Amino acid sequence: MAQHSNDSKEKVVYVGDSRVKKSGRRPNIPPDYSAFPGKSEAFVPNFLLKEWMVGVVVLVGFLVLVVSHPAPLGYPADPNNTSFIPMPDWYFLFLYQFLKMPYVSGDYVVLGTVGVPLIMFGALLCAPFLDRGPERRFYKRPIASTLMFLAIISCVYLTYVAWDHYQDQLEEMGIVPEHIQREQEARRAAERGESPQKPGGAEEKQIAIVDANDPITSVIQANCLACHGSDYQGNGPVPALAGVGDKFSKEELADIVTNGRGQMPAFGDRLSAEEIDQIAEWLAKQKAATE
Amino acid sequence: MFKAIYNWIDERLDITPMWRDVADHEVPEHVNPAHHFSAFVYCFGGLTFFITVIQILSGMFLTMYYVPDIINAYASVDYLQHKVAFGAIVRGMHHWGASLVIVMMFLHTLRVFFTGAYKHPREMNWVVGMLIFFVMLGLGFTGYLLPWDNKAYFATQVGIQIAESVPYIGPFIAELLRGGDIVGAQTLTRFFAIHVFFLPGALLALLAVHFIMIRRQGISGPL
Ligand code: HEC
Ligand code: HEM
Repeated sequence: MAQHSNDSKEKVVYVGDSRVKKSGRRPNIPPDYSAFPGKSEAFVPNFLLKEWMVGVVVLVGFLVLVVSHPAPLGYPADPNNTSFIPMPDWYFLFLYQFLKMPYVSGDYVVLGTVGVPLIMFGALLCAPFLDRGPERRFYKRPIASTLMFLAIISCVYLTYVAWDHYQDQLEEMGIVPEHIQREQEARRAAERGESPQKPGGAEEKQIAIVDANDPITSVIQANCLACHGSDYQGNGPVPALAGVGDKFSKEELADIVTNGRGQMPAFGDRLSAEEIDQIAEWLAKQKAATE
Repeated sequence: MFKAIYNWIDERLDITPMWRDVADHEVPEHVNPAHHFSAFVYCFGGLTFFITVIQILSGMFLTMYYVPDIINAYASVDYLQHKVAFGAIVRGMHHWGASLVIVMMFLHTLRVFFTGAYKHPREMNWVVGMLIFFVMLGLGFTGYLLPWDNKAYFATQVGIQIAESVPYIGPFIAELLRGGDIVGAQTLTRFFAIHVFFLPGALLALLAVHFIMIRRQGISGPL
């Protein structure tokens, strides 16, 4: 190959043993756009600069959003949490809500998960082969445009219903979404001058349980540990019971258990005064220092 | 100086035709927002690409801190969000960018639909576009699990349950995504691999095809 290309009698001369021609390369100058119809211009740099200006407007709006709204983060995943309301990201809500409708759920779920989506997305995928007329303006394609408008309206509606239902559910169950709760918690901790609570901090500072075999622990296990964690070490936003003796006196503990506090339910009418007294006594013994 | 370097490269690789082809293809008046304000709708494709680039860059920085296992995933995201300098900004860009890219892609799709730009001879590009659409939704679904908080966990659980209800292949899909019977350690590593390697690879390949077709066919003419 190389020998051939180096032969100067050949018409085409290549660069070394490559396939790139030595001469007759194209000059690096843009063409003149005066020959094009209308006010055409070159992509680089003329048009790209204008598109970049639109991009900058979007970028500034985007960055304002990013700086003013930190990305949410809740509490670590706990597969045993039974009260969490599952929520997909907003652009899946329409599908999620759609699947809750009668006729596409329960016995008919196949219609919901395969039938309707397959037809809808299938039609969208094959739009060029379904809508084959030469007309491009949307008002000259009434069927295609109407179907698209209906699809958009349904999606917006379903998304709205899903979101509305979620808000109602939160209110009904008195739940604050975890990422908001967590931010509040961190803010309160900061106000109290503590360093923000470590996420999933249970592993880091396990405080041992005092008198773990006291008979009253069976009452505590039955009533309290669903929230306070099976190992007394707390669970997400619910504080640990291990070590509460350092924070509260026996009287204060009896008061919290009897009357509740914040999200903590009152047990005054569910447990006898004697039980509460024993619980408070036991909790008061839970001091990290006694080890 | 630059000219000398350019010539040195051009002499060896003859890059002028490629570069001039990209740079010089004419942009007609009817898609230029400087001439017709309403032509901003033609910018949505470019803006989608712009946000996609932001996603790829911010995602690359996120993986410097993110650890895809169930013990450390949440802690690494939390650390990034609260301790790392500008970590909240990088994570915020990736989080909000994920929504914005869907919005932009949606607007771009509507522009193409309502200007009838998917018609002959651009049918194939529409189909490629729809495939990009599905890949993007897949990226959204798999990325949602990665912070490994309750929201992530339970949304994924429900999502996979929905997939499982598909007759015949459903249980197979669910098993493939979950890597077991429950959403757990296997699921997280799978979703991480899908989110970071498989789908972006597919996306870049599809985008290349999308752009080559646009370059070849030119933008659709005025209405
Ligand atoms: C429905 C879940 C739930 C149950 C059941 C529950 N708690 Fe609580 N508990 C909480 C929450 C939430 C808090 C935090 C309250 C706040 O400060 O807003 C809390 C706080 C406490 C505190 C104060 C701890 C601190 O560090 O501030 C004590 C003590 C306590 N609970 C004891 C008990 C005992 C004893 C029982 C069983 C009789 C019990 N809890 C049952 C949810 C629960
Ligand atoms: C990551 C996602 C996408 C990117 C970055 C992208 C980018 C682009 C760009 C830059 C253009 C040039 C015209 C314009 O800016 O409007 C274009 C055109 C086009 N896009 Fe996309 N696109 C994406 C997704 C889609 C989707 C989801 C569809 C539809 C299903 C689609 C269908 C088309 C078609 C048919 C054209 C040709 C339009 C014409 O010639 O007028 N694209 N795309």
